Amino acid sequence: MKDVNRRSFLKMAGTSIGIGVLYSAFPAAAAKGEAGEMFRLMGKSSGEQVTPFTFVQLSDAHVGFNGPPDPLGTKAFERAVQMVNQLPQRPDLVLFTGDLTHDTEEKDVHAQRMKQFMEISRGMNVPLLKCVPGEHDAGLDGGALYRDFLGETHYSFDHRGVHFIALDNVSRAKPEVGPEQLAWLKKDLERFPKSAPIVVFTHRPLFDLKPEWEWFTSDGDDVMNVLAPYENVTVLYGHIHRDHEHEEQHVHHYAARSLIFAFPDPDKVPQKKPMPFDKDQPFKNLGIRLVHENFAGKAQVNSVNVEDVELTAREFSGINGIQQILRNPNL
Amino acid sequence: MNSLKNRPTLLFAALLPLLLTMLLTLGMPRRAQAEGGPRVIEITAKRFAFSPNQITIKKGETVKIRLTSDDVTHGFFMRKLKIDQEVEPGKPTEFAVTPQEAGTFTTICDHFCGVNHGNMNMTITVVE
Repeated sequence: MKDVNRRSFLKMAGTSIGIGVLYSAFPAAAAKGEAGEMFRLMGKSSGEQVTPFTFVQLSDAHVGFNGPPDPLGTKAFERAVQMVNQLPQRPDLVLFTGDLTHDTEEKDVHAQRMKQFMEISRGMNVPLLKCVPGEHDAGLDGGALYRDFLGETHYSFDHRGVHFIALDNVSRAKPEVGPEQLAWLKKDLERFPKSAPIVVFTHRPLFDLKPEWEWFTSDGDDVMNVLAPYENVTVLYGHIHRDHEHEEQHVHHYAARSLIFAFPDPDKVPQKKPMPFDKDQPFKNLGIRLVHENFAGKAQVNSVNVEDVELTAREFSGINGIQQILRNPNL
Repeated sequence: MNSLKNRPTLLFAALLPLLLTMLLTLGMPRRAQAEGGPRVIEITAKRFAFSPNQITIKKGETVKIRLTSDDVTHGFFMRKLKIDQEVEPGKPTEFAVTPQEAGTFTTICDHFCGVNHGNMNMTITVVE
């Protein structure tokens, strides 16, 4: 197993894509050769045969937020729903990595925003929607409102041989998971062999991406230490409103863009300020990442080409409908 | 006569350290000097800002920060300076800091405190 490129566990494919990131676990081509052997071993050890499927990650809709900089409210989120529904291959599930709503101290208003999030989400033609809260959902009330609508803030489930873990690093008000959840995580993983394919989804990055911008989880190292023995772990998160890929030891971390406004590259600007709204390109830097899988039939040469896609809307660009524009991966 | 002429110069020389100390602390935020102890810097947290929003500490100097909240629970976090504190309203917290490197350190509230929480920060400048 150790000779197999661990990226081959979770491939990202983008023959077509909506807002967000479309992931493809175990593309059919990977069932050949060495990769196929790996999947058979995984299936044997986890008790469930791993079968190909796709899923989408969406993040940071901030329902209730209405600028500045972005005065479009839920428009990008609604576009995302449309695009998910237009995918030629229906995804098995959608993971939403936090900040479903924008916070307010008026509880009734926040509840209304959560209700609106649920209504828009229900428009997606997918069998399963799984969420974690962001600090704007759960930071003020410890997750009480979130639980009323969506249940527990951390949990796990299995899907087609992949173990999904939802981690909550916002409800304690601090950017942390906390000792109770860490203990739960250890117990949750006990039944799995070290080769089990695992997807962790959470809101904040589990590593120190930019602590000065609160882009970190204070006990993220503890989480990663619990996950360290497992050979096939992918972490998906949101919060930073921009693309980011990070590899540490054998774990890959991927951030999704937001559905409301974008943050700039923290290495290039001194202040954390949203990127300005461009009425001619209202969805610029939002949501989209198109990922082409370049699988050559050999497990060892898996490479992933990432291209960003921008959406423009008719009412602002004059283009009829939404148009995908390939652009440089750099924001 | 010479001694009388030199008197202002001698006086200035005697007062020079005091003047330098005053100059060094001029413009710095409200603070107190505990007798025989480290310099005390008072910082107040109130949604969504710290006051003052900039303090200066010398590298290697130990200062005591007295943190107060005027409204809700706030955090005070700067990993490189080993600062990770919380303060509740009505319960000031005190802690010592001894910076080991010079630089500008953005220190954030890391306890979610409301809609503009993400922009609540201040700067700690550490000078050689």
